[in-house]
Amino acid sequence: MVSHISRRRVVVTGMGTVNPVGNTARETWEGLCAGKSGIAAVTRFDTSKCKTKIGGELKGFDPLRFVSAKEQRRTDEFIIYALAAAEMALEDAGLKIGKDNAERTGTIIGSGIGGLATVEKAKILLMERGPQALSPFMIPAVLANLAAGQIAIRSGAKGPINCTVTACASGAGAIGDAFRLIREGYADAMIAGGSEAVVTPLAFAGFNAMRALSVRNDRPEAASRPFDRDRDGFVIGEGSGIVILEELSSALDRGAHVYAEISGIGMSSDAYHVAIPPPGHEGAARCMRLALEDAGWEPSQIDYINAHGTSTPPNDIYETQAIKAVFGKDTRVAVSSTKSMTGHLLGAAGGLETIITAMAVEKGTMPPTINLDNPDPECDLDYVPGKARARDIRAALSNSFGFGGVNVVLAFRKFE
Amino acid sequence: MSIEERVIEIITEQLGVTKEECVPEASFMDDLGADSLDIVELIMAMEENFGVEISDEELMKIRTIQDAIDFIKKKRGMVN
Repeated sequence: MVSHISRRRVVVTGMGTVNPVGNTARETWEGLCAGKSGIAAVTRFDTSKCKTKIGGELKGFDPLRFVSAKEQRRTDEFIIYALAAAEMALEDAGLKIGKDNAERTGTIIGSGIGGLATVEKAKILLMERGPQALSPFMIPAVLANLAAGQIAIRSGAKGPINCTVTACASGAGAIGDAFRLIREGYADAMIAGGSEAVVTPLAFAGFNAMRALSVRNDRPEAASRPFDRDRDGFVIGEGSGIVILEELSSALDRGAHVYAEISGIGMSSDAYHVAIPPPGHEGAARCMRLALEDAGWEPSQIDYINAHGTSTPPNDIYETQAIKAVFGKDTRVAVSSTKSMTGHLLGAAGGLETIITAMAVEKGTMPPTINLDNPDPECDLDYVPGKARARDIRAALSNSFGFGGVNVVLAFRKFE
Repeated sequence: MSIEERVIEIITEQLGVTKEECVPEASFMDDLGADSLDIVELIMAMEENFGVEISDEELMKIRTIQDAIDFIKKKRGMVN
């Protein structure tokens, strides 16, 4: 194990998000603590032929607050959401990027899929009107790394830039990589998170073909029910969650507000199956252990886990088994899945859940798991059912697992 | 609507500039802030609106609003 003594410390100093529960970090936090679901019937496209007709769409989001009509026409929603979240995060952090810090400020934004809606529209144009009809802005709207690219162009951040494309672990992977770049001295500040906008016919058809989505169309707000006996799949959500990470001393020097400290990361692969974790989820258990080890903590120091908790039948059982493997079968660690309210933002989930976990640690409040009416007998942890819980949180984990067997766990600590 | 008026309408729509900026001698790149991809998109919109085809070689020669208007008029004269 690497020595912890000489390491630079990394803190969260700003946050911005648009998601089905709120169009700001504050609105999101208040909604989650009130147990508010962001899931409803899909309005974006005609779902009459789809098995799943529900999703987590943004509500009342005005893209023109963040981009011009010209930019909106030329780009994909996943980039617009990221630009909105990044602008709010930078403003929240009060971080001004200028010539003295631009080269030490970087950008990593993950996306599971990138500009899928743009691909779908372009393909129709190609078939109906031929290759000459395609816009020169189609490719830059599709590329997954263009969320980071556009944020860097707009903010002037000239440091390291990257894009994690690791399915539902993309956002957490982005934050983990950004965290390490700062810790290891390659950057002093990072704009990091994830963005996803796949409330589209192709995504619904594809995930439906995998039998991955909930089809509880008659009660959308009850469809995402992690750890509940009657869960039947995840609910696609859209949006972006982006944080500003900074090296502690430079953050304190400029008088920044610190939400929480990120103290460790675990990364592992299941090496098992494209979409299903192995029974017991050894890869996830190992990943949590690695995050604890990286932070230099014992399991007993963790008071809260923001679960991956997708509401698919296998994930919730296997994640529960993995937590027990690490924390003990009688563990009393509190675990909640905020996806019960936000839906699953796929590549943006880790970004949004970093915001939620940092807020939880700062405020000493655990957001609930809603819709947990009849816990699955195989899911027998303390999932903070129904109501938010006020309790001091010394340290917390945020779990993210993705198709392809990708596991990322981030370790957070209360900043004092 | 005359060809000139329609061209200017397309330019204001595509480039997000005002009608006042759209004087005939205005250069797309130097005066209206367009880059090479903006011009490709702009010319595509004109092709669609006026039912003409402009080749990539011809596109290189269109620098100002007057160039675009002249080109469209010429093309339309040829097709009509």
